[in-house]
Amino acid sequence: MIIEIKNLVCHFGEIEALKGISLNVERGEVVVIIGPSGSGKSTLLRCLNALETFECGQITIDGIQVDRKSRNIHQIRLEVGMVFQQFNLFPHLTVIENIMMAQKVVRKRNSGEAMRTGLELLAMVDLSDKRDAFPAQLSGGQKQRVAIARALAMDPRIMLFDEVTSALDPEMVGEVLEAIKKLAAKGMTMLIATHVMGFAREVADRVIFIENGKIIEEGPPEVIFENPQQKRTKDFLRNIL
Amino acid sequence: MIDWIAEQIILHWDILKYLIPAIPITALITVCSFALALILGLIIGILRISRIRIISSLAAAYINIIRGVPLLVQIFFIYFGLGKLLNFDRFTAGVLAVGICYSAYLAEIFRSGIEAIDRGQYEAAEALGMTRFQTLRYVIIPQSLRIVIPPTANEFIASLKDSSLVSIIGLREITRAGREYYSQYFVDFQTWLMVALIYLAMTLTLSRIVKYLEKIYAVEGFGSRRG
Repeated sequence: MIIEIKNLVCHFGEIEALKGISLNVERGEVVVIIGPSGSGKSTLLRCLNALETFECGQITIDGIQVDRKSRNIHQIRLEVGMVFQQFNLFPHLTVIENIMMAQKVVRKRNSGEAMRTGLELLAMVDLSDKRDAFPAQLSGGQKQRVAIARALAMDPRIMLFDEVTSALDPEMVGEVLEAIKKLAAKGMTMLIATHVMGFAREVADRVIFIENGKIIEEGPPEVIFENPQQKRTKDFLRNIL
Repeated sequence: MIDWIAEQIILHWDILKYLIPAIPITALITVCSFALALILGLIIGILRISRIRIISSLAAAYINIIRGVPLLVQIFFIYFGLGKLLNFDRFTAGVLAVGICYSAYLAEIFRSGIEAIDRGQYEAAEALGMTRFQTLRYVIIPQSLRIVIPPTANEFIASLKDSSLVSIIGLREITRAGREYYSQYFVDFQTWLMVALIYLAMTLTLSRIVKYLEKIYAVEGFGSRRG
């Protein structure tokens, strides 16, 4: 078990965003989280690398317990890579510098080493020709692929994808999902929050439906998409498909 | 008529010759105090956004107190007040007073420059395992710099003008030299006209340089450097 979540509760002021989530993820498993906007998908992912603090419950990642007051965050964040909806590339750095910077600063790699890793990953996301471009010169899909490469450069054991195609034009969704599929094929443990059901079905080992901060239903994609047991899952899927 | 013009030219030239040696003093006071203001301002500005409540409150208090007291009073306080205890000479006292005063304004500029950066930048850096300090050092501040250069440059020009206030404690910069010339020869209009023109020449030159710098820094970085 690489991720163990027990009874996770997270508030934003008065609002309870997560109301007791329990979830275990196996090494190499691809878990896709679906659910309406505001259901707590993002919050769940953000608790895993301590971008949000949680009040109750327990998260263990690869044997390290995530401190609720986030005291051991750096240790956790080395294990967990994250890709955001809004890319969040560093606009003052070129593509290759974006990928090298944290390797040098956090992983203490020298420039040559960081460059080698960077170029390998750029080749993997099919952007070798953009190494010296600035983020502002890239399309949304290209930005997101750079963001994936940047996260992977830190050698995480787990990757979190927080609605990474939601800010993209439709014709660019495919190229980003392709990169994620490659990663799945390599056996990366991943948690993916998404609205793209076709992709969820294709890439997921397990699908989790969250609504209102609670897990309503979970199971293999065939079951969730073809034969959901809960009425709310059925309603959600009927509305979205 | 021609006599009068010739006389005036000679007089103005004479005044100018008297004032010129004071220009480096003004320049030195301005540069030293602004260097101090930059360092102090950056530190205070970063402390101001600290997550630790006491630290940010102390930084806010510093800013409010310094900005709420006239620079002239701060100069008196540092030279006559603290100076008596700590034995500052005029130059040190003048530089300290102007430097501390401007550090408060710069701290606010730096703070707003740092806060102008999108939250997503912090999250991306933190998600990569960077500490708060590394995030500021490598991600936030390099981006903030471009935002804060124009207002910082304005403060530099303002501090050049405000350095005239240290004439009050006897530092022989341009304004002081003007007063001395006046009290020796009793020409008031021409003396103060020359003093004003020298300041004007300096500030205009500086704002030209600033415009040029802005041009360079505006292009660098945000995507347009290579097309």
